[in-house]
Amino acid sequence: MSTMTNGAASKSYVGRAMRRKEDPRLITGRASYVEDINLTGQLWAAWVRSPEAHARIVSIDTSAANARDGIRAVYTNEDLDMEAGLPMAWVPPGVTVNTPDHWVLAKGEVKHVGDPVALVVGDDRYAVVDAAEDVVVEYEPLSVVTDPEKALEEGSPLVHEKFGTNKVCEWSLGGGDLEAGFAEADVIIERRVVNHRVAGAAIEPRGVLADFRADRLTVWSSTQVPHFLRLFLAILLGIGEDRVRVIAPEVGGGFGSKLQIYAEEIGCAWASRKLGLPVKWIETRSEGMMVTHHGRDQIDYVKVGAKRDGTITAWHSKIIADLGAYQMVLTPAIPPSSAFVMCGVYKTPAVHTDIVMAMTNKFPTDAIRGAGRPEAAHMIEVVMDQLAHELGMDPLDLRRKNFIAPFSEGHETPIGVVYDSGNYEAALDRLLEHIDPAQVRVEASALRERGIYRGIGFCTYTEICGNSPSKGVGPSGFGLQCGGWESATVRVHPTGSATLYTGTSPHGQGHETGFAQIVADRLGVDPSQVEVIHGDTQTGPSGLDTYGSRSLSVGGEAASRAANKVAAKAREIVAHQLEAEPEDIELRDGRFSVRGSPDKGMTLAEVAGAAYVTMEMPEGMEPGLNEQSFYDPSNWVFPFGAHACVVDVDGETGKVEIVRYVAVDDCGRAVNPMLVEGQVHGGVTQGIGQALYERIHYDDSGQLVTGTFVDYALPTAAELPSFETDRTETPSPVNSLGVKGVGEAGTIAASATVTNAVLDALRPLGVDFINMPLSPMRIWEAIQEAKGGVPA
Amino acid sequence: MSQTVPVTLNVNGVEHHLDVEPRTLLVHALRDNLGLTGTHVGCDTSNCGACTIHMDGKAVKSCTVLAVQADGVALTTIEGLASENELHPLQEAFWNDHGLQCGYCTPGMIMAAAGLLAENPNPTEEEVRHGLEGNLCRCTGYHNIVKAVLDAANAKGATVGATSGGQPGVTA
Repeated sequence: MSTMTNGAASKSYVGRAMRRKEDPRLITGRASYVEDINLTGQLWAAWVRSPEAHARIVSIDTSAANARDGIRAVYTNEDLDMEAGLPMAWVPPGVTVNTPDHWVLAKGEVKHVGDPVALVVGDDRYAVVDAAEDVVVEYEPLSVVTDPEKALEEGSPLVHEKFGTNKVCEWSLGGGDLEAGFAEADVIIERRVVNHRVAGAAIEPRGVLADFRADRLTVWSSTQVPHFLRLFLAILLGIGEDRVRVIAPEVGGGFGSKLQIYAEEIGCAWASRKLGLPVKWIETRSEGMMVTHHGRDQIDYVKVGAKRDGTITAWHSKIIADLGAYQMVLTPAIPPSSAFVMCGVYKTPAVHTDIVMAMTNKFPTDAIRGAGRPEAAHMIEVVMDQLAHELGMDPLDLRRKNFIAPFSEGHETPIGVVYDSGNYEAALDRLLEHIDPAQVRVEASALRERGIYRGIGFCTYTEICGNSPSKGVGPSGFGLQCGGWESATVRVHPTGSATLYTGTSPHGQGHETGFAQIVADRLGVDPSQVEVIHGDTQTGPSGLDTYGSRSLSVGGEAASRAANKVAAKAREIVAHQLEAEPEDIELRDGRFSVRGSPDKGMTLAEVAGAAYVTMEMPEGMEPGLNEQSFYDPSNWVFPFGAHACVVDVDGETGKVEIVRYVAVDDCGRAVNPMLVEGQVHGGVTQGIGQALYERIHYDDSGQLVTGTFVDYALPTAAELPSFETDRTETPSPVNSLGVKGVGEAGTIAASATVTNAVLDALRPLGVDFINMPLSPMRIWEAIQEAKGGVPA
Repeated sequence: MSQTVPVTLNVNGVEHHLDVEPRTLLVHALRDNLGLTGTHVGCDTSNCGACTIHMDGKAVKSCTVLAVQADGVALTTIEGLASENELHPLQEAFWNDHGLQCGYCTPGMIMAAAGLLAENPNPTEEEVRHGLEGNLCRCTGYHNIVKAVLDAANAKGATVGATSGGQPGVTA
């Protein structure tokens, strides 16, 4: 089966909607996810987890579990011979971060429901679960705190006694004269915007298969970050990185939740070394809801000042972020990500973000699709609508009044961030070609008599992605203990097909197709002749994996550069053979030919033959056709767009139905527009999910109420409309491809768009502002309250 | 290992004689005993549908069936939906329409869609959306899945729909 190439239409594969090279194995059930991989002699692992949100471990009795048939070992913290716990990678210059130890198995106390206290390893997947039930743990319950604002109050129960506080740190970023800005304002509004806790909820649960043998460790994990996992396995287990191989096989979705170094990954590898046999663990969904990291969970106090005519003069956001009980690899680095784009798409002269991070007895938060930017876009765009209402302005007029003018070569915001390129007016204009707000108003008044309240909401957003310039993100900049580059190797085979090794690690995005299109263009071959290898630390050079919408703008650019190096060598070989100058060799119709003499030329296969077999090359040139690139971008990239949503709210029940969702996104040049659309559909759905349905909810005693898909409501096909999507293309000046990122954009825009639509629908009922999730109950209660009644 | 019982599973037209614990889930027997790993597990509560297969031509969630309950029943999994080297019209449509991203929900989604089309060969968009509400996808927002199912239903001359015991393409 080959890809659809439609060869005659265009010379370039980049820019074409091509169906995916990955799909044949996926649609036929032939792909290999972690659970599908089995090794001879493998053992199974199960974890004994705390039912208490906060407790001292009085005793652990493993004897009954150990006595069961087929159980090889039951481990507790006392057995662990590891010097350090799970890593946290943010060391911001000049800021002290209170970071607790986070052991693979709890030491002395448990801090959240699901905290692992014992690891059971045995022969059979059912038997280890039985044995885990037989481990008897006695707990002495301690006081629990689950509300971040209460956690920061004097006298609150402490999650970690040793800090004497639940405050993790404070962190601020801003620019411009805030005081003067507010003094100048005619109108100041303040809102408390709650961005509740959500789950990534990839449909493939996490899983690990660890095999330590002959002094070498191989780990298969459902991870977005095989390279980071290898590094930390090597450090925590004291094995040379050269002897650790991590493979991310087929990965069934991540959405940030698999950008992590998890206890189960380290623990299974440790146990495999201890027992000398492979150890496998597959997460259940109930475990996943409990101990796969969550996202968001912040309370935002937003204050904005504006002139009567709508000109914004000052913007202040105070973020109270609930980090949970421990800090995982990026936990405290996520809320600050909001601050970099707190200007949104507006020329606000003074913008400041102050963040206070708190510990509570809940599982840690970390990066979930958008990671800080959905929170920023939500608070900015919801408050923009609130401001418009306060000023008596049309929300779109207010936005247009404050848009940053179009720019193509950089725009520095007062925060000091340089947006790469933008044309916000054009995206909004394009959106309004698809949807007419006046028409929606007409429909709304017709529906009113039936008790249906139709509303329309908008969002004009930008975000920051493409991690990232190493100096900006690294130890001396933002403070992450890593760089932001990416690698690629292009290896042309003697018969003229090619393999690209990328350091990025996809989990559904379609790199095998998109990256092949980029390389194919540069080598004059069909994308079906370019195999893309990823997710294996033993193949290709080191890489920095996939998150933060970075793969294309960093990894794709690296692939392009490596392919260009191969093409440059090919031109020299062709020039040598055809007695021309390398500068006169051009790639045309799949051949490296002499400019002006298209009959004189060589295909990539012929060039490869020269480089590997006949050695007909310039004097002194090395054999082979294999090039590598490490690319470190000069800046982040800043996608943007304009979204609209039409909703119907049932005035009796509070139920919301999405009537239309229209998205115009600008992610720079689109390599494969079909993949871009797919990312927008999924991203928007995740934002809709947060706005209307999804919520990770702990009760006051720290019990997880939404522990399965019965209680945590992912949107289904029945709740959603078909989406209407369009794009504008404003190339990024940062990379030669002109690309930005699109993996998170839909999510970043959607929660505000839907919220604004629902609030617009509710306004005639006297409801001005409520927070997500906009469940029927919350809406119904708000309606009753506005009527002056007391909600039941 | 606890006590086992014999069970005969007829999967994709091939008969398999197994000894399993009475509590063994059908999905685990298919995956772990028979190596048919195209059928996936995504939840513990029968919500996600990643494990959907056909039993006697009807789409069922194989995580909610014990292996012993499938004794003697004609089963079809994603591996048996189409004959060797050919694609079922739904598989072709999912590929053409970008109806999948990470692919984890896809086998279950395709088997559920085949069950749906067997009962309703020409569904409306709304019928497809409601017909697939027992299958969760986190990547696609369902837009292209719904499109693919409608396209497969409209594919001229295609035999889509449910299967019966290793006879791919036979409409129930």
